[in-house]
Amino acid sequence: MWVVPSIPPALFLMLSGILFTIGVIGALTRRNAIIVFMSIELMLNAVNLSFVTLSRFLQSMDGILFAFFVMAVAAAEAAVGLAIFVMIYRSRETINVDEINLLKW
Amino acid sequence: MFDYVWLIPVFPAIGFVINGLFGRRYSKKIVGWVACSALGLSFLTSILIFLELIGRPPSERLFEKVIFDWVISGSFQTVIGYQIDPLSILMAVVVSGVSFFIHIYSVGYMHDDPGYPRYFTYLNLFVFMMLTLVLANNFLLMFVGWEGVGLCSYLLIGFWFEKDSASNAGKKAFVVNRVGDFGFILGMFLLFTSLGEHGIWTLDFTEVFANANKLDTATVTAVTILLFIGATGKSAQIPLYVWLPDAMEGPTPVSSLIHAATMVTAGVYMIARCNVLYSMAPIALAIVAIVGVATAIYTASIGFCQNDIKKVLAYSTISQLGYMFLGVGVGAYSAGIFHLMTHAFFKGLLFLAAGSVMHALSGELDMRKMGALRKKIPITFWTFFIATLAIAGVPGLSGFFSKDEILWQAFSSSHGHFLLWLVAAVAAGMTAFYMFRALFMTFFGESRVDHQVAHHIHESPRIMTVPLIILAVLSIIGGWVGIPHVLGGANHIHEFLAPVLGGAEPAKAHAGITLISQAWASGGEAGGHSAAWELLMMVASVIIALIGIGIAYLFYIKSPALPKLLAEKWKGLYQLVLNKYYIDELYEVLFINSLKGLGVGLWRGFDDFFIDGTVNGLAYLIGWISGGLRKIQTGLVQSYAFSMIIGGVIILGYYIVRAIFY
Repeated sequence: MWVVPSIPPALFLMLSGILFTIGVIGALTRRNAIIVFMSIELMLNAVNLSFVTLSRFLQSMDGILFAFFVMAVAAAEAAVGLAIFVMIYRSRETINVDEINLLKW
Repeated sequence: MFDYVWLIPVFPAIGFVINGLFGRRYSKKIVGWVACSALGLSFLTSILIFLELIGRPPSERLFEKVIFDWVISGSFQTVIGYQIDPLSILMAVVVSGVSFFIHIYSVGYMHDDPGYPRYFTYLNLFVFMMLTLVLANNFLLMFVGWEGVGLCSYLLIGFWFEKDSASNAGKKAFVVNRVGDFGFILGMFLLFTSLGEHGIWTLDFTEVFANANKLDTATVTAVTILLFIGATGKSAQIPLYVWLPDAMEGPTPVSSLIHAATMVTAGVYMIARCNVLYSMAPIALAIVAIVGVATAIYTASIGFCQNDIKKVLAYSTISQLGYMFLGVGVGAYSAGIFHLMTHAFFKGLLFLAAGSVMHALSGELDMRKMGALRKKIPITFWTFFIATLAIAGVPGLSGFFSKDEILWQAFSSSHGHFLLWLVAAVAAGMTAFYMFRALFMTFFGESRVDHQVAHHIHESPRIMTVPLIILAVLSIIGGWVGIPHVLGGANHIHEFLAPVLGGAEPAKAHAGITLISQAWASGGEAGGHSAAWELLMMVASVIIALIGIGIAYLFYIKSPALPKLLAEKWKGLYQLVLNKYYIDELYEVLFINSLKGLGVGLWRGFDDFFIDGTVNGLAYLIGWISGGLRKIQTGLVQSYAFSMIIGGVIILGYYIVRAIFY
């Protein structure tokens, strides 16, 4: 029987932070809407990871509960978001976020 | 009968409402009947009340009829109420009587005018307001009438408003009157508050005058001077007389009724009504007398060179009003009111006769285009002649008695002075001169009438000549109620007015007479008996008047070339007088232009620049700021997200930094 060495929670939180930062950079810099969208999913998952970690660390179910909420919301958001992208693509033949700038001065 | 005093002003008010609402639908005949019968009933009521008042003993000749409460505000209350006393009822009789005759005359005079119903509506409204003014029992209601007659004056001067000059004259009259009214209002306010300091919050005449002795002299002087400013506006005295000559743009019966017989005398009436206050303020009285006598001689001199017959009469009116102010200004209130009454007769008549001349000459006003009308329009001539005699002060006619009373009082009363008498007597001679000049130029000499006008000169219809004749009779006998004691008369009017205006001023040997006596003492004639003095003064004024008439005869009948020669010789002086001393131009420069400049300055500087600038500037500022701010809205989702993240980082950073350092 081998013992799984306990990984300190700080490492999980650091991973979560790295993932979140990658997500932020992706969301801010990429021009393809789908990639932006994926980056946002990445940010959400980074948050989920820190929720679960802290839940384990604090011996509380609250964080896990929240992670499920976030997953549900992310799923719904993906469905709606993708539908919007399809519609935008149909009308403007692009999903490049630079070119979707109707709401400007 | 006294309870029905309110009927006197209400009859013309009814006429005003009927003609004002329905006049245009009725025929001219009905309009004329409504207007004249309203006045007739009003006149009748005044006469009946007058007779009843005469039947009472003098001490009981005061009656107040309160119609309803008007303003009730805290301790102040005022009513709509009418007061009957010798002064008010005399005024009511004169006003309603003269108005009645002028209404009848107007039926003929205005017959072909398209504005006929409008004319009678205004005229009835005017009489209503004038009667309210004279019958009011408190200052506030009097002021309503005071303003109301001003309004009607404006409406009737500008009656032919299509003419630019007429509407301008109306505006001028209204604005100049407003200047005076401002003084009146201030005087009323001051009186009200200073009486209020003694716990008497009232504007009722009886109460005010009963408590006037509580006020100190300075306050009363201020009040009376302010009220007199109101009177100078309404009664066309220096310095606010300028509107009256222009007011001649109105129809001639209007000039007769409003600008000669009734409205312009409101100031004299007001001072007589406030005689209790004025008698307490010798300085104010002196101002009244000096302004009056200055106006009398000054405007009489303008009358010398006017060629428009109505303008001559207008300046003559101002001059005669000056006499009335001289009368009340020397404390001889009843003499002022007496002259007011006789003046209403003869000046009303002069204007109506001038209107009749205009009627005969198809509207000609210029006396240089008249002449030799005596035979062609005899009734007009004779009535004009009688009125001229009356105003010139020829013995026996009304003007003689009233003017002489004023002249005598100016000399003999305790407020009088020899100089006042001298100036007034000279002005009387000037009056005689310019009135006879007008008479000679119009009715005598050679005809200078235009040819196309000349062949349809005609006497006016009977509806116009009958009022002329009635007023001519009144111009003769109107003065007989005031024949002075020295001529064996009873001076009834003086006695009648005594309960309101105070008893006779005893003609005592005071400063004025002593001065003369001393001056003449060297001639061996030591201080005379006052009756002898009165007779002497009378003779002197008659001689002065006769000299005036004689000069007019010399200039305009005997050698008509003489005036022209004189005008050539003193060209500068002639031009000065012909142009009315350039007072209108002076006012134009001093007041009108500066006020206009102020108005334009406020318009351009304050309104356009400041107010509009503030509002527009704010709008520009907001626009400019938002123009900058809207650049933030790039439409790029990522830039929005970036700012969100920056915000998040800053907030987080704050907590982290705080956690580290504290």
